[in-house]
Amino acid sequence: MPSNVPDDLSRSIETLYRLESGRILASLVRLLGDLDLAEEAMHEAFAAALESWPQTGLPDKPRPWLISAGRFKAINVMRRRVRFDAVQSDLALQLEARVKEAPQEEEMEDDRLRLIFTCCHPALPSEGQVALTLREVCGLTTEEIARAFLVTPATLAQRIVRAKAVIRDKAIPYQVPASQELSARLGAVLQVVYLVFNAGYSAEATGAELSREAIRLGRLVLDLLPEPEVMGLLGLMLLQESRRAARSSAEGELILLDRQDRSLWNREQIAEGIALTESALRSRRFGAYTLQAAIAAVHAETSSAASTDWRQITLLYDRLIRIQPSAVVELNRAVAIAMYEGPEHGLRLIDDLLASEELTNYSLAYSARADLCRRLGRLSEARASYEKALTLARQEQERRFLLRRLE
Amino acid sequence: MKYICLGYYEPAKHAEMTEEERNAMFDECFEYDDHLRANGHFSAGEGLQPPETGLTVYWKNGKVATTDGPYIETKEQLGGILVLEARDMNHAVQLMSQHPSLKYGSSFEIRPVADMSEIVKASEQRRLKLTAR
Repeated sequence: MPSNVPDDLSRSIETLYRLESGRILASLVRLLGDLDLAEEAMHEAFAAALESWPQTGLPDKPRPWLISAGRFKAINVMRRRVRFDAVQSDLALQLEARVKEAPQEEEMEDDRLRLIFTCCHPALPSEGQVALTLREVCGLTTEEIARAFLVTPATLAQRIVRAKAVIRDKAIPYQVPASQELSARLGAVLQVVYLVFNAGYSAEATGAELSREAIRLGRLVLDLLPEPEVMGLLGLMLLQESRRAARSSAEGELILLDRQDRSLWNREQIAEGIALTESALRSRRFGAYTLQAAIAAVHAETSSAASTDWRQITLLYDRLIRIQPSAVVELNRAVAIAMYEGPEHGLRLIDDLLASEELTNYSLAYSARADLCRRLGRLSEARASYEKALTLARQEQERRFLLRRLE
Repeated sequence: MKYICLGYYEPAKHAEMTEEERNAMFDECFEYDDHLRANGHFSAGEGLQPPETGLTVYWKNGKVATTDGPYIETKEQLGGILVLEARDMNHAVQLMSQHPSLKYGSSFEIRPVADMSEIVKASEQRRLKLTAR
């Protein structure tokens, strides 16, 4: 950074970077049609701002200024690349023609949506989708993302390099998919958002940060594309996040839903989560995220574990199984049934599920079974199931929880 | 963030080049360095004299010993270092992947600068205690 930039101006530029770089990058991607070029042009535009704003002062509309500067910087980059590589000269000409079109303010928000759909394109590996979305859409650095996912920056940098190579090689366009494709492609976007959220749900130290980022991303997608399932997903994340403070003890031990101190639940997040879930349900075009949010909402609205409406929860699981059949959902349904029809009913369902072999490597199936056996007084069976769960559990917090149960 | 880029080249390949080819390579590389400098990415950088001009200092049987140069047997040799200022690792990769020296067979190892400030501070405190005693 040049040393002659006054403090307040350099702070304004930093704030501008934090708040606006996502939008500016997305618009440059549309104008230039190339993610790498757009990133480079954006960085150069900010460097140009540091150079000229100390003399000219902060422009009235800094964002269009930066986009415009970025466009012309990109032309210079392309001219330089042409001298480096003659093959690129056609590209440079195309680019110059394209850059001469003026950017249109109303397209800006669409630009971000285009970029989200590209970063979450199904042709990219899932890890690449997540890394690219966090970096290009949320503006996190390679190092920040690596820290959150407990991998080295070098590993994460390569995921991003590879994902960008796929976009380039397969010529994945920067656009919002046409309406007939939209719902399938939106599914991929929501899956990335929920993956980020879940990574934050389980991680102890870095978790809160990732969950916040996922919620922020969910809000952005909802702003741009107010579809019921987007509401449902945001509602689900808010309702799950509302329990963060109650979910583990001061010593970091896992606390299950029925033992949580409900006064620690975040009321504001619950209110917003429930409102979103209700609007999604009213649309009658909702899907699996909305149903999961509705289940979380039943818990959130109940003042104690004992007064939970398990029948209602079972009905919601029934509907969830119809649209998204999965053994894990059936396991949750079995646990809900055990809560109001008695542990023996739940146990029978879980044993059927285990017999079908889909859940044989799923530690939570065994710990749920163990808990029901314990409630039925079948203690040696309970012990055997807790031990089995322990051999399968991978997360430290879950392992400590099971060990305490075994004691 | 700062990244140290270690540039490796093949001396044998450079030796085969004509003077004209070598000059063209230098012009391209230095022009790109200027571009990096103009955008505040080039914090510092130096080229190195050839490996045979250097020596290695080490400890052997309780005494300092020296040998000629680095391990000359390896085909690739360190030719220069560049201290790059970039937003993050991928930005550093992007900037270096356009360096013209790559097409002349060079490669860059990009390493983030380690933040030693905590370790240095702890060490200063240990040493302060020693002198206070």
